[in-house]
Amino acid sequence: MSFETIIGLEIHAELNTKSKLFCSCPAEFGAKPNENTCPICLGIPGTMPVLNEKAVILAVKTGLILNCEIAAESRMDRKNYFYPDIPKAYQITQYDMPICRGGYVDIETPEVSRRIRLNRIHLEEDAGKLIHLENSGVSLIDYNRAGVPLIEIVTEPDLRSAGEAVAFLKALKSMLEYGGISDCHMEQGSLRCDANISLRRTGQNILNTKVELKNLNSFKELQKALEHEEERQKVLYIHGEESRIVQETRRWDGEKGETVPMRSKEDARDYRYFPERDLGPVIINDALIREIRETLPEMPMTRKKRFRDLYGLRDKEIDIIVGDKALSEYFEALTACGTNPRAGANWILGSMMKLLKEKGLKTGQIPVPPEELHKLIKIIAEGRISITAGQEVFSEMFNTGRNAGDIVNEKGLSQISNRSELKRIITDVLNDNPQSLSDYAAGKKQAAVFLMGRIMKASKGKANPQLAREILEERLKQEISSK
Amino acid sequence: MSIHEMTAFEIRKGIVKRQFSARDVVTAFFDRIYEKEPLVDGFLTLCREEALTKAEQIDRKIQRGEQLGKLGGIPIAVKDNICTDGIRTTCASRMLHDFIPPYDATVVKRLKEADAVIIGKTNMDEFAMGSSTENSAFKNTKNPWDREIVPGGSSGGSAAVVSAGMAALALGSDTGGSIRQPAAFCGVVGLKPTYGLVSRFGLIAFGSSLDQIGPLAKNIKDSALALEAIQGKDKYDSTSVRHSITKDYMSTIESSVKGMKIGVPVEFFDSGLDEEIAFSIKGCIKKLKEIGAFVEDISLPITEEGLSAYYIISSAEASSNLGRFDGLRYGYRTKDYSSLDQLVERSRSEGFGEEVKRRIMLGTFALSSGYYDAYYSTAQKLRARIKEQFIKVFENYDILLSPVSPVLPFKIGEKVANPLEMYLSDIYTVNINLAGLPAISMPCGISNTGLPIGLQIIGPHFGEEKLFKAAYALEQELKPTAMHPML
Ligand SMILES: [Zn+2]
Repeated sequence: MSFETIIGLEIHAELNTKSKLFCSCPAEFGAKPNENTCPICLGIPGTMPVLNEKAVILAVKTGLILNCEIAAESRMDRKNYFYPDIPKAYQITQYDMPICRGGYVDIETPEVSRRIRLNRIHLEEDAGKLIHLENSGVSLIDYNRAGVPLIEIVTEPDLRSAGEAVAFLKALKSMLEYGGISDCHMEQGSLRCDANISLRRTGQNILNTKVELKNLNSFKELQKALEHEEERQKVLYIHGEESRIVQETRRWDGEKGETVPMRSKEDARDYRYFPERDLGPVIINDALIREIRETLPEMPMTRKKRFRDLYGLRDKEIDIIVGDKALSEYFEALTACGTNPRAGANWILGSMMKLLKEKGLKTGQIPVPPEELHKLIKIIAEGRISITAGQEVFSEMFNTGRNAGDIVNEKGLSQISNRSELKRIITDVLNDNPQSLSDYAAGKKQAAVFLMGRIMKASKGKANPQLAREILEERLKQEISSK
Repeated sequence: MSIHEMTAFEIRKGIVKRQFSARDVVTAFFDRIYEKEPLVDGFLTLCREEALTKAEQIDRKIQRGEQLGKLGGIPIAVKDNICTDGIRTTCASRMLHDFIPPYDATVVKRLKEADAVIIGKTNMDEFAMGSSTENSAFKNTKNPWDREIVPGGSSGGSAAVVSAGMAALALGSDTGGSIRQPAAFCGVVGLKPTYGLVSRFGLIAFGSSLDQIGPLAKNIKDSALALEAIQGKDKYDSTSVRHSITKDYMSTIESSVKGMKIGVPVEFFDSGLDEEIAFSIKGCIKKLKEIGAFVEDISLPITEEGLSAYYIISSAEASSNLGRFDGLRYGYRTKDYSSLDQLVERSRSEGFGEEVKRRIMLGTFALSSGYYDAYYSTAQKLRARIKEQFIKVFENYDILLSPVSPVLPFKIGEKVANPLEMYLSDIYTVNINLAGLPAISMPCGISNTGLPIGLQIIGPHFGEEKLFKAAYALEQELKPTAMHPML
């Protein structure tokens, strides 16, 4: 029996606005608990929401980037439920009149290129956060996040594998980053993903009971959770126990590597959606859409093509560099200084990525300005220091913020490019290694490699390798002919 | 004339002319309150210290020769569902018995900017749900005209204290008649402005699409004065008017009603209406004709469907608005719970009164899946139709006349056992809220039993100017200043 997997995603992204959706509190992450709150976002009786226009503009921008139809008039609704993380006992969201409908994202995996359709995008407020103190029965509430603007992006059930789901989320994330829509920090929860998954026999054209998966906080967890749930459902089908697949929400437990039931359809809440009468309709006219369209930045797909054509980068390099908005901007700033694109890509994908990972920094937090890296690359290209020394200098620049010239001077890393000095070192090395010399004369060519190593060591790595090799070869020729 | 008998206008004038100080005014009103409040029970909180401090500020302003605000030195009472920074705001509910707002409602801010003196917070039906103020969790307010009679509701406290001379002005809120009906019952002037003319920010919401704050006053001019001070755009209320209205009603209030076209909807005078009320209103119609207005009967067949639409919509909105009272962050919390669900359930069961719970359940039901279309959606459609009908009528008429209440003020306890009968007393007022129109309730006669009778004048959207003009002209004819309770 072969099966087809049907996956749809619901993605929540926190919008990059300075203030919250309905009040002027900062929307930033990382403040002290309940520091970013006011009577409005705390739902103090009598207070009323006022819609943040910046958030509306970002939602429209998202819609334009994702090829959606923008609603000329949409409406905010109330979703009613009791839970301490929503201080008003309702979330202000959009129900049947969302701000964007339709749209799509094109994805590429090693197997397929495919267009994934979107169902809708709507605007809503985030909830606060509950912190349960272990073994004390006490829970604390932090309302800093309450009222932070979110968009929810809902796909059609167009994805056919965990790999496609990950490819979609990566493509979407990069588009949202490019558009300046959201920070998309999955680990901080500014980008969150839920997945709906069901199976069907290959060739069928029906939608079977789907299961909703929650707590998918990284690409890796999304991949693993979907693969796991796919397998779980497949086993049930194979054993004729598909009746045990019920419409429910399952939580992915990353540590145990399995999904566990959270709630079934029977205990689904009745949210009693109805229009939010404290806010008027959200009206978006064509002029505003035009205005927003004019501010749309270059999207990853276009940038990929440009990087291929303009800089001659390889697909794999492009995927990584353009896949990350900050990296691609860094790369362009670097080449704008005059760095050769190939060298630039090598530096970014090599030493830079390694150091970012070591320091746990994001690509937006590179401590070495592009013009400083350019200077370093120039020093190396001019042969003033070796590549090995260059890497050492870069790591020093990365850690201390000092510039390349100072570090090179202070550490005495400048290469020895002085012929007479190099000749003296090489003479010493040859005198100390007569055996290698005779090996070479006897035709063992790798003796030269050994001697080069000795020369580098004797010069403490500062010998200009090209020049040193030239002199060594001259000397070896002389030695052989003189024998 | 003692100070407490003066109108708001007269008080401000007296202070400006230095006939008496603002402090004298506050003292006079508190003397009156100490004497009469035990008989009326109109207040839930008194703010004597704050009032005296404010009065001293005003007196200093006068001494320095500074300009006094529109409501300079006028003692005003505020309904207890309007938030006052640092002053307890209870909604007459056990749920909020100790709630002290951390901010001022926009209208309160505007009162303060206009140099009004807030003297206290008034009793009401719990969360403004009721028509007799008997749903207060704390006490029954008595009608100053007869202490066995209700003051109406839900702004019963505000109407009673103005009527009893314990405040020169008061603010109330009107979701389905809650300013106009108590004004009629207590023989004062109550205005429900056009939806959006006065900011709702800081009004603890009952039905967000219907609620509107408005003044209760001794006469029409005082009412217009108070509206001038509180009206206009507020950036904290997205449903408030977009344009900044700075209408000055005084310049037109005394102009003639000659040629004014007045419609009288016959459906508002059907068999359910008390005969004495009908008689009084007919008297008013006659007077208006005498002074040159053009009055004729019209048909507006909306009263009964309006009432059901109103109860569904207001309860639906209330069920959501009152969700936040869960005992977690503020307000009443049950003593006895062992889980979060139990805490919320018991706090709400114990903190809310019967009428509030009845409406929350009604509203929850009307919004629940499977019933939404039959109730909430249908009610919204009715509402749209009612609004359309009014707008059409106002193409041909300047204002409409109707009764405020179908019944005369009733006895305390008379209708508590029968909520449906109580709901029926809103039949002539709720449609105005559904349509978002302005309407004013003014005294127009006295019954054989010695109780006030009210007349309702309804205007087109933002037609307050017309209301005041017609009401003032009629007031001059009726001389209702002679009408005040023998307390
Ligand atoms: Zn806030």
